[in-house]
Amino acid sequence: MHRSLHIEPSLCTGCLQCELACSFEHEGEFNPARSRIRVFEFEHGKTSVPYTCTQCVEAWCLKACPTGAIYVDSDLGAKLVSAQACVGCKACTTACPFGTIEFNPISGKVDKCDLCNGDPQCVAACPTDAITYLDAGATGVGRMQAFAEQNVKGVSS
Amino acid sequence: MSWQGRVLRVNLTLGEVTPEPLNMEWANDYIGERGLGTKYLWENMDPKVDAMSPDNVLIFATGPLTGTNASTSARYAVITKGPLTGAIACSNSGGKFGAELKYAGFDLLLVEGRSEKPVYLLIEGDEISLQSAEKVWGKSVWETDEWIKKQHHNPMLKIATIGVAGERGVRYAAIVNDLHRAAGRSGVGSVMGSKNLKAVAVRGTFGVRVKDPKRFMQVTNEMKNLLAKETGGLTKYGTNAMMDTMQEFGGLPTRNFQEVQFAGYDKVDARAMLKTDETGHRNLITNKACFGCTIACGRIAHIHKDHFTIQNRKEYWHASGGLEYETAFAFGPVIGVDDIDACTFAGYLMNEHGMDPISFGVTLAAAMELFEMGVITTDDTDGVPLNFGNAEALTVMSEKTGKQEGFGQVLGMGSRLMCQKYGHPELSMTVKGQEFAGYDSRALQGMGLGYATGNRGACHLKHDTFEVDMDDQSGEGKAEPCKSSQDWTAAVDSSGLCMFTMGAWGAPEFAEQLDAGCEGEWTAERLLESGERIWNLERMFNLAAGLTCADDTLPERLLKDPAPSGTAKGRVNELDKMLPEYYSLRGWSEQGEPMPQTLTRLGLD
Repeated sequence: MHRSLHIEPSLCTGCLQCELACSFEHEGEFNPARSRIRVFEFEHGKTSVPYTCTQCVEAWCLKACPTGAIYVDSDLGAKLVSAQACVGCKACTTACPFGTIEFNPISGKVDKCDLCNGDPQCVAACPTDAITYLDAGATGVGRMQAFAEQNVKGVSS
Repeated sequence: MSWQGRVLRVNLTLGEVTPEPLNMEWANDYIGERGLGTKYLWENMDPKVDAMSPDNVLIFATGPLTGTNASTSARYAVITKGPLTGAIACSNSGGKFGAELKYAGFDLLLVEGRSEKPVYLLIEGDEISLQSAEKVWGKSVWETDEWIKKQHHNPMLKIATIGVAGERGVRYAAIVNDLHRAAGRSGVGSVMGSKNLKAVAVRGTFGVRVKDPKRFMQVTNEMKNLLAKETGGLTKYGTNAMMDTMQEFGGLPTRNFQEVQFAGYDKVDARAMLKTDETGHRNLITNKACFGCTIACGRIAHIHKDHFTIQNRKEYWHASGGLEYETAFAFGPVIGVDDIDACTFAGYLMNEHGMDPISFGVTLAAAMELFEMGVITTDDTDGVPLNFGNAEALTVMSEKTGKQEGFGQVLGMGSRLMCQKYGHPELSMTVKGQEFAGYDSRALQGMGLGYATGNRGACHLKHDTFEVDMDDQSGEGKAEPCKSSQDWTAAVDSSGLCMFTMGAWGAPEFAEQLDAGCEGEWTAERLLESGERIWNLERMFNLAAGLTCADDTLPERLLKDPAPSGTAKGRVNELDKMLPEYYSLRGWSEQGEPMPQTLTRLGLD
């Protein structure tokens, strides 16, 4: 089963534990600047929105890479970067419409979400379940259910 | 680990920025943040200098756990000599700025001297510079935050800045970071303004490493689970849940501490914030976390668009930081106001202009009492009737004080100087010149002792006698819990974590996180001893600054006028009984000076 990160901004408090967990998993240190997931805030913190790679099936980063450094993990569906093959040309960062593959000036390569071998640490660290790891075919179910519930309330009242 | 091992010394007179190694010997004795900042202050200035002179030193300090994934790892503190009190000032704040400073590679910023022209400090990775702030001098906190980010095309900068209040010498000006978190108390923002330092803007890209990563992750996860079990109320209601508790107990200071219960409390409490009105408007939008915090007690609120305060001011039709207990108290009961939108708007103005809501509200309360006594009239107050309960007076005076216009210039002096000016010093509800928080000392005796002995003046955040005070309204047996919680809170502050974890984590839980994360061996005993050392060093600073045991007192109103209602009806604060016991427990002389053997025991001789 392919699973996806599912993000529900209304549950996010902006604590950044996901960024801390991500940077710790990948860099061995707490460093939000190196996190592959980022939380953006709007209107004085009224909303906090975590954002990361959605693992496009037809991945533009992969197609744009001139050295074939980006490849698919067939078990997870994750697009991974081979550090050996990446030359730091940044073509993928231009190709990605979401900005979720980023150049790392320290390593000289690009970084992106790799789904942590199927155990995403941002999910484990999120205290409010704003980030979950779901069946890729069912990420809309929670919202559908919530609307359905409202509908029922509307009918019964 | 988990200190970054570097200090940035900023000499504004010379215009120089110089990184230097952190003194690890001091870190071992004083931990970080509040404690380490106090040690650096002690070693770098003469406590006798005027707080607003270039010789005062302004320190921004993070703790060893700041920026790690330990829950509540946001904290930084500003340590300096305070203009409101003439004593040591130590105000801590959350938001994101503190962690960013740590990621910039610094445990501590030490600012000395005074710049000839307004500047701000810019730290972008390893590029550090002083930049001209002339274009934002006279601008608000919110305008400055936006301008600096645009100026450097860097939305990732985290900014701590002063508003106009700090530039123009309001004695309780705050340093506001991330738009609505603040190092609020004791006038640390006024010191920043006196140095012509408008802001500190930081982007950090260096990581924070811990001693034993595997153990640290395991310990911090266990601690988060423990915290989640104890802090559900804070998450849901925020700190303003306290309003109902204090009302019921009779410890809610009302109309400048003339009363201890307020009839309109339920119009400005946590439940009022959650209530949807007939137009579909609800004050609270959502709760909000500081960096790394799994509690998220912060409030994001908005004001009803038809409210008189913002009806014709669209620029305030946005969400921002909402009421916490202290702001609700200071804009509500203590001035007799029960208008939640007016209180929320005054909170916006405090953040926008950079002021401490507690000191402002309690100063306004004294002005209202002066007004009702006829000592001041509308001739003094720009035509605004300063009656208790006047919500318009609250919002108009908030703005006038923030911009230092008209009667706002008087309110900006703080309650002590203002009441002296009008010949009624007894109306000033302060200790050492700093205004009280929202707990009455007649109902909460240990709180009163903590206020009286507070190193930064009246303060509710540097000790924790809450439970013993609620259990027993007498002054009996309050000296010990006051003393030990002062020491313990000093250690908690110095770790870089938030004191709102103290209900779930005791000394062993803090020690375990520090021990897993930081160099050296950290035990509960060592933390408590460090806390006591920090408390005593703060005291030594104050004694050297010229304060004496005569400053460890409360206003006569709390010592002589009995509480008129509530569970402590008929009681006054029993400071005369508690204080000698407290000095003795501390190993201080009857004059409140640490005795030689106490200093030797703590390594302070």
